[in-house]
Amino acid sequence: MIRLEHVSKVYKTSTRPALDDVSVEMEKGEFVFLIGPSGSGKSTFLRLLLREEVPTRGRVYVSNFDVAKMSRRRVPRLRQSIGCVFQDFRLLPTKTVAENVAFALEVIGKPRNTIVKVVPEVLQLVGLDGKEDRFPTELSGGEQQRVAIARAFVNRPLVLIADEPTGNLDPDTSQDIMLLLERINRTGTTVIMATHDHGIVDSMRRRVVELSYGKVVRDDARGVYGVGR
Amino acid sequence: MRTSFVFSEVVTGLRRNVTMTIAMILTTAISLGLLGGGLLVVRMVDKMQANYAGKLEVSVLLTNDVSANDKDCTQQPCAGLRSQLEQTSGVETVVFQNRDEGFERFKRIFEAQPELLKLARPEAIPATFRVKLEDPDRTDVIRQAFEGKPGVKAVDDQGKFLERFFEGLNGLRDVALILALIQAFAALLLISNTIQVSAFTRRVEVGIMRLVGATRWYTQLPFLIEAVVAGIIGSVTAVAGLVLFKAFFLDRITRNLTESGIIPPIGYLDILIVSPWLFLVAIVISATTGYVTLRLYVRL
Ligand SMILES: Nc1ncnc2c1ncn2[C@@H]1O[C@H](COP(=O)(O)OP(=O)(O)O)[C@@H](O)[C@H]1O
Ligand SMILES: [Mg+2]
Repeated sequence: MIRLEHVSKVYKTSTRPALDDVSVEMEKGEFVFLIGPSGSGKSTFLRLLLREEVPTRGRVYVSNFDVAKMSRRRVPRLRQSIGCVFQDFRLLPTKTVAENVAFALEVIGKPRNTIVKVVPEVLQLVGLDGKEDRFPTELSGGEQQRVAIARAFVNRPLVLIADEPTGNLDPDTSQDIMLLLERINRTGTTVIMATHDHGIVDSMRRRVVELSYGKVVRDDARGVYGVGR
Repeated sequence: MRTSFVFSEVVTGLRRNVTMTIAMILTTAISLGLLGGGLLVVRMVDKMQANYAGKLEVSVLLTNDVSANDKDCTQQPCAGLRSQLEQTSGVETVVFQNRDEGFERFKRIFEAQPELLKLARPEAIPATFRVKLEDPDRTDVIRQAFEGKPGVKAVDDQGKFLERFFEGLNGLRDVALILALIQAFAALLLISNTIQVSAFTRRVEVGIMRLVGATRWYTQLPFLIEAVVAGIIGSVTAVAGLVLFKAFFLDRITRNLTESGIIPPIGYLDILIVSPWLFLVAIVISATTGYVTLRLYVRL
């Protein structure tokens, strides 16, 4: 499903590699935590999957896309099969909840009758039914992240990428978001989540890939965040 | 879905940046208006050349003495001049027009200007040989042979006069086109700048579009259409400007010249014929500028 082969990434402006000879494989339907301290290369890892960056060395495969090699013209196709969620939600403040979700489908040319059907469905899935006409500023942080998750999932992607999705949320709200991500994972969607939240990782007992200075230093099938950190 | 999405993006884009949009439209309009003015002058010169083609004559004006005393050109030196003219090679026809006939003709031409007619006296009009040449460009032959001969006051070459007149018009056209070019450059910079500002204000939105897998077509088309729409509004404004200019200014100052047939009038039809070019230029320039800007300065 996802495979990195000897991937290194050196940003032009720095000498130290952000990722250093990373090889890792993730199966369809897996739930994977990507952990490590700030600056260890988690976001870079995820950006490579999205082809927001190209690796300096090595190969990246997502589904049947040869991500590093593919032509720019095909990049939109890759991104349509990956959903993304971020720490800062990235919602459009001038659009309502429903419009924010619909936007993701409009801009990839989905027909209107599909949009009016699937948007309410996904809003119900994330528990936002009844709030479709609110603006992001009228929602709590947890609710905003639910909108972002709805937007990421509405096109039924193969993979859901979450870069510190609970970074701005209190522990209880974070727990709700994790339940939602688990629910999405149970539909067969691969979920990759970068985080440095010990509590969440320890309570979920899922696969843990740990990065340190751009290297994979641990890959446990049912891991915890680790001791002494 | 697609069209309504792009359309709503364009409308918000143009409204978000009203002052800039207005500046862009006005600059484009002035540029295109000048271009249109230049093209109208070109049309006018063409029409005039067609009007006068084959009709150009050399006039051999006779002295006051001959004009006053020899109404039918039967005496010397008039009769001699006539036969010499007729025998000059390259001359097609020679028509004698005495002072009275000349005055009638003058009155006809300047019908529209009674003030001018009031001032005019038949005595001021010389008797004239109107000479038509096989090759209208070879007027120098007549001038060289007849200027200064007894009984000849002057040789008047309509071609030379028209040439100077055309030179004047062409100068006008060149000034209009150069100004149009300078304005077009300003318009170009404004379009480019507007797109960059527009892209900056919409960077979050475009970032999300890219992330969810929108194609370049979707992310860039609204900006491109925004520029083209402004260009089209600019060209409509320019055409309206030309129509108003014709109706309230040009018609008034050229009425005398057009009514007496000296210069052809510029009609609404001429503006109608010129305007598609203005639309075309506006669309091509704004689309190209937009495309190049998106390619070079905006990372979408
Ligand atoms: N766009 C960039 N340009 C240059 N250096 C970068 C860029 N993005 C990240 N880095 C560097 O790469 C390293 C890894 O960063 P990142 O992948 O963001 O780590 P994490 O998400 O784990 O905090 C850091 O040293 C960071 O400074
Ligand atoms: Mg990060």
